[in-house]
Amino acid sequence: MTIPKEKHVLVVFPHPDDEAFGVSGTITTHIKQGTPVTYACLTLGEMGRNLGNPPFATRESLPEIRKKELKASAEAMGLTDLRMLGLRDKTIEFEDDEKMVGMMTDLIEELNPSLVITFYPKFAVHPDHEATARAVVRAVRRMEERPKLHCVAFANNTLEVLGNPDTVYDITPVRDQKMASMKAHISQTAWMLEEMEHKLAQGDTETENWLTKERFYNYRWDDDFEKSF
Amino acid sequence: MELVEMKKLQVQLDAFAGKDVYLHLETTNGSYASHFNEAFFNAGAFIRNVVINYELGKVIGDSPHRVGLKLPHGWVYAQGITHYEMDEQGRLLLAGHDGTGKLAVALQISETPFSY
Repeated sequence: MTIPKEKHVLVVFPHPDDEAFGVSGTITTHIKQGTPVTYACLTLGEMGRNLGNPPFATRESLPEIRKKELKASAEAMGLTDLRMLGLRDKTIEFEDDEKMVGMMTDLIEELNPSLVITFYPKFAVHPDHEATARAVVRAVRRMEERPKLHCVAFANNTLEVLGNPDTVYDITPVRDQKMASMKAHISQTAWMLEEMEHKLAQGDTETENWLTKERFYNYRWDDDFEKSF
Repeated sequence: MELVEMKKLQVQLDAFAGKDVYLHLETTNGSYASHFNEAFFNAGAFIRNVVINYELGKVIGDSPHRVGLKLPHGWVYAQGITHYEMDEQGRLLLAGHDGTGKLAVALQISETPFSY
């Protein structure tokens, strides 16, 4: 499936590295096609658990490291409009819900994107992912003219409940950029990447497939995750 | 951070006793624990920038260590502490890192608030 040209793409995720695994190939492709892409990253992943043993960082020094990694990932994708929204890792769900919707509404009204990418509510595993997804869906729901909403879902029951993804992009042409984006977040991804590269070297097709295919669900407004907000 | 040296850490704990200090206390299994193992009961707790004033702080010898702070009307403790550091801002950072390099527990005290 080729990636259609958009007017403007807005990507909203809570953690540095959320963009890398699931959508960095798609982001890179949009940018190569001349489409402006904005990545709004809600936190700096301050609560990341990978600090090493022996430790390479502390709870207090991690945010600065992850901020640099996020900027490096943006550079790897060619992304120039990176917004760091200043919330704290693992606290998003405890923020005022209306404030969160307001944040998302402000972004969408400012950028007027034709496509918004975030997580799929109830299929996003991490509480911050879920809270981000809820805020984005609520903001878009209120719009008179809704942008397209593509959602990333990876809960264990995704396939069972949502079925196959509506959109699968083969991002092989920008594989190197995707690798570079994942490697940019080395403090959190080193162990995972080592295992992945080992499998790729052995010609493991499942891993290759995971790497080069990016999967999205259209948000199902006719099966909304809540009746009202 | 360095592996805990009992005597040095005890001196540092003593230095904060009787002072108003900001506390960071965290235990975690990570947000994905129940995703990778659905039978796993994921529990944790997090406190940041609550002010306490402890009269006695102790590190216990077994490794990973337990560290307890006795307050006029209560207690703070953490178990699983492996590493410590007095950072350049004079904050005492204690952490427990498991064999894979993941943080499992953190206990930190500072005379100035931690960023939030």
